[in-house]
Amino acid sequence: MSTTLYDKIWNDHLVDQQDDGTALLFVDRHLVHEVTSPQAFEGLRNSNRKVRHPNLTLAVADHNVPTTDRTKGIADQESKIQVDTLEANCKEFGVQLFGMDDKRQGIVHIIGPEQGFTQPGTVIVCGDSHTATHGAFGSLAFGIGTSEVEHVLATQTLVQKKAKNFRINVNGQLPLGVTSKDVILQIIGKIGTAGGTGSVIEYAGDLIRSLSVEQRMTICNMTIEGGARAGLIAPDEKIFNYLKGKPMSPKGDNWEKALNYWNSLKTDDDASFDQELNLNAGEILPMITWGTSPQDVITIDEKVPNPQSESDEDKKNSIERALKYMGLKPDMAAKDIKIDKVFIGSCTNGRIEDLREAAKILKDKKISSHVSAMVVPGSGLVKEQAEQEGLDQIFVNSGFEWREPGCSMCLAMNADKLKPEERCASTSNRNFEGRQGRGGRTHLVSPGMAAAAAISGNLDDVRKYQN
Amino acid sequence: MQKFNKLKSIPAYLPIVNIDTDMIIPKQFLKTIKRTGLGKNLFFEMRYDDQGKEVNDFTLNQSPFNNSKILIAGKNFGCGSSREHAPWALLDFGITCVISSSYADIFYSNCFKNGILPIILEEEKIKELSEYANRKEEISVDLEEEKIIYGNNEITFQVDPFKKKCLLEGLDDIALSLKKTDKIENFEKDLINKKPWIFND
Repeated sequence: MSTTLYDKIWNDHLVDQQDDGTALLFVDRHLVHEVTSPQAFEGLRNSNRKVRHPNLTLAVADHNVPTTDRTKGIADQESKIQVDTLEANCKEFGVQLFGMDDKRQGIVHIIGPEQGFTQPGTVIVCGDSHTATHGAFGSLAFGIGTSEVEHVLATQTLVQKKAKNFRINVNGQLPLGVTSKDVILQIIGKIGTAGGTGSVIEYAGDLIRSLSVEQRMTICNMTIEGGARAGLIAPDEKIFNYLKGKPMSPKGDNWEKALNYWNSLKTDDDASFDQELNLNAGEILPMITWGTSPQDVITIDEKVPNPQSESDEDKKNSIERALKYMGLKPDMAAKDIKIDKVFIGSCTNGRIEDLREAAKILKDKKISSHVSAMVVPGSGLVKEQAEQEGLDQIFVNSGFEWREPGCSMCLAMNADKLKPEERCASTSNRNFEGRQGRGGRTHLVSPGMAAAAAISGNLDDVRKYQN
Repeated sequence: MQKFNKLKSIPAYLPIVNIDTDMIIPKQFLKTIKRTGLGKNLFFEMRYDDQGKEVNDFTLNQSPFNNSKILIAGKNFGCGSSREHAPWALLDFGITCVISSSYADIFYSNCFKNGILPIILEEEKIKELSEYANRKEEISVDLEEEKIIYGNNEITFQVDPFKKKCLLEGLDDIALSLKKTDKIENFEKDLINKKPWIFND
């Protein structure tokens, strides 16, 4: 029978299947961070259980870490306790940890690929919804809750039911200044935040194949914002070249064996999907979000919606609520939205190519005098690479702050946060109420668009600044 | 895990769609290393003003809804972050049953791990049940029978048979899976031969 890439990975990881379809799936790679793991380790301790495969588990502190000078440690006591608890748990249970002083430290979804821990055809889980990022490598990667983290630690398996197959084909070429962030925002705008619920999305088409590994990660990363459990892309030469020689990638004979297997990882030509969506890349424009849900997207040339023109009562109410929270007027032009802050970073857009894209726009320019802006590289290695290329100097010269790696203002668990009513152009993934700080207002954009907004002082068209 | 069987309560109704887990429990409360004590911070940003005072207009601050065990809400409940702190906060507040027309996958799964029953009903039925919240009348939920009883009416709902069994008996997932250790070991032996790079590098 013809199968999809998701079917193949699923079938290859079945440890057991009950008659009602409930399956026990083997987990090849488990990423752990400080926020969603303490209760899981405590559960193990209380039940006298061990971590079944510490060598298939990799831990890092990312959500709570300060992005300013780290020599002083963490000032916030609760954050410090959480990071210290992770260290103690990793030591007790024999799990490898990239500590706060390790230059490999960074956002969990950035370090996995960087180290070659993320590999095609694997099942990868983490107590974090953006685990979908790793699907860019042709792995089945999804976020889980803390009880499930404990389950994976104890058994190296997970109880799951098969999801539906959903394919999104993107063909054609992206116009100048349009990036994979705009592609995924466009997709979420089309399917809605619940459009992928119960499904695993495979991204296909010649546009997807033409994207770099890092651009693919941005797309898979925000799959969860479309409600799908996981998003994946069939692995190809770009992926294999990216992984070759990475510290945790297969070596020698194993590399050849792995490559042989990885080459088999694709959807059969005649496989069927429960749902399909086709998009023309040529029609995608630079996007922004105007509201408090990632589905609230418009292009930079459009206007904020007017609730009066919405007939559906639920939609009307939710537009009104979002406009009120965001402090926007109906029918206001996107380019008239003045901003206070710019945040470049996160597991969505905190990689080296993202920083290059923003730096290209900012070179020899100054940010607007009323804007404060910061760059938070996704990992210590991204930071190091950017500094070697002189990107840090471009950012600093334009007026940005250059910070230490972590999740930072994507969710504002550390000291980096918006004040009430402050408005931010952000390369992160969620514009929920209060996400970047109580009362803070978030507009999701690509790194180039964030740079353009910083220069103009309002949301603006990145194409204006393209050389 | 706490068993779930029957429940009777005046439901609280939050007519908001896409309630995300950031709304249910904001990030500043994720710094805990415990599962308990989150109830007072449930829906924190809607529930308290900038001075930390309770917002009178917010449903869960009003009697009898501050004692509701059942929460009725708009579609796509629990979207966003995977934080299990969201069901922990609901549970700690006293809510053990949520009724909505749809849920985000991770939140839905997290509920069952904590003895919370998330019920899926059509929008029309939700509107009907929400009247009971408006009138402050009790409704009953019977998991065994997969029924909601309100006034002289009942609605049936569906729930995955395995998840139902785990809720009814309060079963520990990990203990169940550990009973399959032989199968896990066999899978691993096979894996070492078929994909040696998974363990070796």
